[in-house]
Amino acid sequence: MNQLATKYKDEISRIMAKYPPEYRRSAVMPLLYLAQREMGYLTDEAMQEIAEITEMGVTEVASIVGFYTLFHDQPGGKYRMQVCTDLPCALRGADRFLEELCQNLGIQPGETTPDGLLQIEEVKCLAACHRAPMYQVQSPEGLTFYEHQTVESALEVIAGLRASEQGKGGQA
Amino acid sequence: MNKYILLRHRDIPNLKDLQIYQENGGFAAFRKIVTGLTPDQVMQEVKASGLRGRGGAGFPTGVKWSFLPTNLWPHYVVANADESEPGTFKDREILEENPYQFLEGLAIASYAVQANTSYVYLRGEFDPLAAGLDRCIAAMEAAGLLGDNLFGTSYSLRLHTHLGAGAYVCGEETALLESLEGRRGLPRLRPPFPAVVGLYGKPTVINNVETLTNLPPILENGATWYRTIGTEKSPGPKVFCLSGRVKQPGNYEMPLGTTFRKLIYEYGGGILDDRPIKAIMPAGASSALIPATEAVLDTPMDYEAVAQVGSPLGSASVIILDDTVRMDWLANKTAHFFSHESCGKCTPCREGTYWMAHLTDRIAAGKAEAQDVELLHDVTSQIQGKCFCALGEFSIMAVRSGIELFRADFDARAKRVES
Repeated sequence: MNQLATKYKDEISRIMAKYPPEYRRSAVMPLLYLAQREMGYLTDEAMQEIAEITEMGVTEVASIVGFYTLFHDQPGGKYRMQVCTDLPCALRGADRFLEELCQNLGIQPGETTPDGLLQIEEVKCLAACHRAPMYQVQSPEGLTFYEHQTVESALEVIAGLRASEQGKGGQA
Repeated sequence: MNKYILLRHRDIPNLKDLQIYQENGGFAAFRKIVTGLTPDQVMQEVKASGLRGRGGAGFPTGVKWSFLPTNLWPHYVVANADESEPGTFKDREILEENPYQFLEGLAIASYAVQANTSYVYLRGEFDPLAAGLDRCIAAMEAAGLLGDNLFGTSYSLRLHTHLGAGAYVCGEETALLESLEGRRGLPRLRPPFPAVVGLYGKPTVINNVETLTNLPPILENGATWYRTIGTEKSPGPKVFCLSGRVKQPGNYEMPLGTTFRKLIYEYGGGILDDRPIKAIMPAGASSALIPATEAVLDTPMDYEAVAQVGSPLGSASVIILDDTVRMDWLANKTAHFFSHESCGKCTPCREGTYWMAHLTDRIAAGKAEAQDVELLHDVTSQIQGKCFCALGEFSIMAVRSGIELFRADFDARAKRVES
């Protein structure tokens, strides 16, 4: 029983319709995004199901997950705060921003807050160099950019995420 | 008086609304060519305009289209919206604020090569932009601007978005095609070029977002008008992305051939804290460093003149460095970027970028010896000219030019060892 295929029947049909019928594997990345919405990362079962839908080997599917940075095969924070520290952002204080933010949260880049809410990641250029310091927040719902940030504004964003999770009655 | 040709949303509020775009002449060019011009006439007009690819290579767009064989079908057009070069953020503004002009350009390119299905490949981080484009595409379908038998002709066109998932190398056009086909983004051996063997093995044109956004005004106003903007060899407007140590970073649309001085000091408001400018990177992290002499500041930013002062213009992602920036630190930043983004397919890039990152770590941390700066320079020589694609070739630019032009910055961090 392919749970992904059952749950997202219509959405998968819409994705498949974008590509020629004989090139089902073109849908692998859209399907990985779809599956990642469920848990925030990709389980072995999800990769197996996507392999069946796209008629690929499961190792090939896993190699796609491994290659692209926005796919995750391990659970992390519910929200991944991805701070750009590439050259243009670093010229406008991004390294110091990340360091001070991490000090405030008591975690290192790559780590997750003890409540599992937030993981801080250091990432490469996000195409917002003129509005640094900046970061994106990746969550099961999608991606949001936050620009012209300070440690104070970032902590407010985090407080907002925490409040909305508590509003949902979540564990965070 | 409207002044923008590409960033027209800055003159016309709500241009991302289809009705407002059409009220301001939108889709007139597409309708005109589909109903009145042959594909060859469109190609000739774009060739005559002298439009050159805005993604970095600067190759003439009309010429690129003409490489598609007419005995192999179907043809595809893929818009490259993978914008990932550090320092580049122009396509994002176009996609967010002026999406229909881009989509009309994509439709025009599709008609010119008679593609009936075209794709927009966006970097994964542009997920919200892809959703916006999907809404635009649906609105165009509802308005009869996409679909079967357009404007009562036999021409049909459908557009689809496709999201990448975080890989700089996918901006390289053959890696992009691999990714669109559902594989890891590893570049392909060329030849054959995508014009002959591209997406799904079929003839394919890959054009940058900004390149395509130039097409509606070219087809509406003609090649002769277009050539009144910019220079003889680099015609037209360009969006320059200004970042780094300037007061007003941002996108600035100006004719090709505008000087660095005008961009940095008039539009950008000058250097932060009015400090001295040290160097310029005109093509993002892939640039060689150009020392910012008076002569360089007066250099017109077009493909030929910038190359003559030391670096390709690339996608015109102009990163400004002032006297507070240590070039050993900068080399460390770019080396880590390319090391992270190397796809691993070819050894010189995979190992070389790793070595550069490692050595620049030691230099920037003050742990290296003077001979390590030489070693770093040697490593760049072992990468140069030996890589499978441009990512590896460009990975050395800032490191190598940094050592050659700003050696003192490196030596100051390296320990002196008595021999």
